[in-house]
Amino acid sequence: MNKNKVTTMAAKKLSLKEKYSLLTRDLDWEFSYQDRKDAFPMEEFEGIKITDWSKWEDPFRLTMDAYWKYQAEKEKKLYAILDAFAQNNGHLNVSDPRYVNAIKLFLTGISPQEYQAHQGFAHIGRQYGGVGARIACQMQSIDELRHVQTQVHAMSQFNKYFDGFQSWSNMQDRVWYLSVPTSFFHDARSAGPFEFLVAIGFSFEYVLTNLLFVPFMSGAAYNGDMATVTFGFSAQSDEARHMTLGLEVIKFLLEQHEDNVPIVQKWIDKWFWRGTRLLTLVGMMMDYMLPNKVMSWKEAWEVYFEEAGGALFKDLARYGITMPKYAALVEKEKEHISHQAWWTFYTHGHATGFHTWIPTDEELDWLSEKYPETFDKYYRPRWEMAKKLEAEGKRFYTKALPQLCTTCQIPMLFTEMDDPTQIAYRDTVYNGDRYHFCSDGCKDIFHDEPEKYVQSWLPVHQILQGNCGGPGVEQVLSDYYHFNVGADNMDMKGSPDEKRWKQWKGVA
Amino acid sequence: MSKVYLALQDNDEARYIVEAIEEDNPESTIIHQPAMIRIEAEGYLVVKRETVEEKMGRDWDMQELHLSLITLGGNVDEDDDQLSLSWNE
Repeated sequence: MNKNKVTTMAAKKLSLKEKYSLLTRDLDWEFSYQDRKDAFPMEEFEGIKITDWSKWEDPFRLTMDAYWKYQAEKEKKLYAILDAFAQNNGHLNVSDPRYVNAIKLFLTGISPQEYQAHQGFAHIGRQYGGVGARIACQMQSIDELRHVQTQVHAMSQFNKYFDGFQSWSNMQDRVWYLSVPTSFFHDARSAGPFEFLVAIGFSFEYVLTNLLFVPFMSGAAYNGDMATVTFGFSAQSDEARHMTLGLEVIKFLLEQHEDNVPIVQKWIDKWFWRGTRLLTLVGMMMDYMLPNKVMSWKEAWEVYFEEAGGALFKDLARYGITMPKYAALVEKEKEHISHQAWWTFYTHGHATGFHTWIPTDEELDWLSEKYPETFDKYYRPRWEMAKKLEAEGKRFYTKALPQLCTTCQIPMLFTEMDDPTQIAYRDTVYNGDRYHFCSDGCKDIFHDEPEKYVQSWLPVHQILQGNCGGPGVEQVLSDYYHFNVGADNMDMKGSPDEKRWKQWKGVA
Repeated sequence: MSKVYLALQDNDEARYIVEAIEEDNPESTIIHQPAMIRIEAEGYLVVKRETVEEKMGRDWDMQELHLSLITLGGNVDEDDDQLSLSWNE
């Protein structure tokens, strides 16, 4: 028997609970010559009161040795599949070249935020006085770094064959619709450590990421995209741990002190609203960008928020936590937002880094079936009109730049829910300047911290102020966004992507 | 009572885990979706190491569950022998 074997056997005698306890309790030390407050200077300013860090519990009790072991195994599986995907020309097996545009939006919109999450957790992990919290943040920070790396690797294969992938890191900070996820994470990262954890760990990871990863990745599987399914589920296997952590964080904060309850509730309200706005992009991907559809956005919302989130908030009711503000409004919005968003992208398709298109007749029928209350009444007629215009050779692109909401940075595309033909506008005057919002939710968030949001970098304002090159939109797209204008943007029909696909498949 | 749930990748390992869960939670519902398997139950769901080992015919560490896990809903309680999900209502 060699020495390593002996060590493993000896270690085996410790239970999971004992190992975790050794890692998280005995790794800390008392501060003898420094003030603890100087060591953790960000722990108090948000008003959160922690009385006993030792009550922090990670239900998975993951220790570093187990963490490295299982993460390494996940990576080996993942990269074996990515190699197989590349070696077997997996890009030719996707259902339809339109599908790849969903992946363009994912890589440019979501993957850079994994990196922001990595930086965010690395930063806040340093700020907590408790070892359990510090270790959990360290693991999550490393996870998020892994996610961005695997996503870039997975999508580098698509970059060899399709347009629109080449300048994702440059686009992240500049492109009008990518500022939506980017500003979401900037908002969280510039908050205090506890708000960040409630924003990302709880509201985003626990309440909302299922909607991003689960139905979407299942959709990737259904569309023959093995690479995306693999990185998606590999990332999601970490998310299960992140979600659990998010829920434990909330319970921990609520159990530490009753004064924490209203602060936490305010953050839940804010980040739930910010999150649902962000997920509009995902709703649009599910309903319009996946050629083979798994479930509608509305169905996904019902399963992953109304059912799962409903159970969660019933569980938290014992602490005095209530359903997020505007949850009732969002229940109405599930019937509308994906249609309103895709229409906006379609009509601004000359300024997007991916292709847009009119749904096929079969897809329009699917939408009518999935949205019986709203699609035929409000949205189908628009597509019928777009079809007519396209047939006449007059594919419609709007000439105007959209007005953006100061908080979520989404163009003003959402309507009043009791009048879906009326765009919702809210505004407020602060220090002599007028600010515009898409909703009461976004206006409330601004009002709570106006000094933060008056600093928002709004892409359309920046273009109009001359800070993004120009003078025309085309120069902004090519010189500032680094789009290959004429290849990355415009309609799917007649695009180089479509031409190449037809060549590969031997169809005229 | 609200539903707790667990979703696993549809792979060779997970199929044994699902068999074990089915046996230990006769009231649970198994839903097959593209590339994944979702298991849900009213209020409580448990994954037992012993049953998984029996199905797989080898030793299995509870934490190996992480390799196939996609998502879950409910309060987690895990030790060396089992992982359970529940809601407090």
